[in-house]
Amino acid sequence: MILGDVMKILEAEPLSRALDLDVDLQTAFAADLMSDVLALARPGTLMITGLTNIQIMRTASVVDTPAVVFVRGKRPPKETIDLAEKLCIPSIITTKTMFEACGLLFQAGIQPIRRIER
Amino acid sequence: MNPLSRQEPYVIQREVKPLDFLAAGETASDFKETLKSLGIPPEICRKASIVTYEAEMNAVIHGGGGVVALELSGDRITIVAADEGPGIENVSLAMQEGYTTAPDSIRELGFGAGMGLPNIKKYSDELEIETELGKGTTLRAVILLGPSDEEVNDLCPTA
Repeated sequence: MILGDVMKILEAEPLSRALDLDVDLQTAFAADLMSDVLALARPGTLMITGLTNIQIMRTASVVDTPAVVFVRGKRPPKETIDLAEKLCIPSIITTKTMFEACGLLFQAGIQPIRRIER
Repeated sequence: MNPLSRQEPYVIQREVKPLDFLAAGETASDFKETLKSLGIPPEICRKASIVTYEAEMNAVIHGGGGVVALELSGDRITIVAADEGPGIENVSLAMQEGYTTAPDSIRELGFGAGMGLPNIKKYSDELEIETELGKGTTLRAVILLGPSDEEVNDLCPTA
């Protein structure tokens, strides 16, 4: 699925100007705890979060997240959007709750990441 | 430039300020860009960046600021984070997932849930922590440049 499809499904608006709608997304991870994102997210994983501070973009950058969805209609502060643009991380906002956003994307075929027990 | 052929270690260091959450993470971004520009494989850059970020956040949150350094030498990347903060009272407890001494204000940022040191350990091939109460903490994490047996492949998209 591409980011353009995700935007349609979530009825989302763009936050950053340079938005590559063709970014390919296969998996997603939803969290308000950035340490969990750092621990578990794989490169290429869409990040879904309800937090809006600048550390969200720092985290997205270090784990190689291709795009960020802000849920619950919470608009990030200017410094977060500025950093998203600087780091070229497409960011979108939806008024849907995290649960609904995840459910809709799962239904549409986005996969979770899953721990494999060794 | 092939970093593996360097005779002298490549070292850069950055100062991090206490409780500066606007700047926190800049060091991790800087180091990642530097490693990328040196031709280090993306997965290694990613690991080094995550380790740096968590170490940097620890120095910002707990350590009263400090210095974070990146050293590239031979077959390894070494991240060193040194602070002159209060020290860690019980290192084995601090290594446990979920153990935290961070205040609620830090949790509101998405950190401080007791995952910092466990995450650093997860993405490092070697980890040493020297700490003394009232004097500070120095963390030294090594990430090997070659493929390791413990590659972080325990997670993958479900088929």
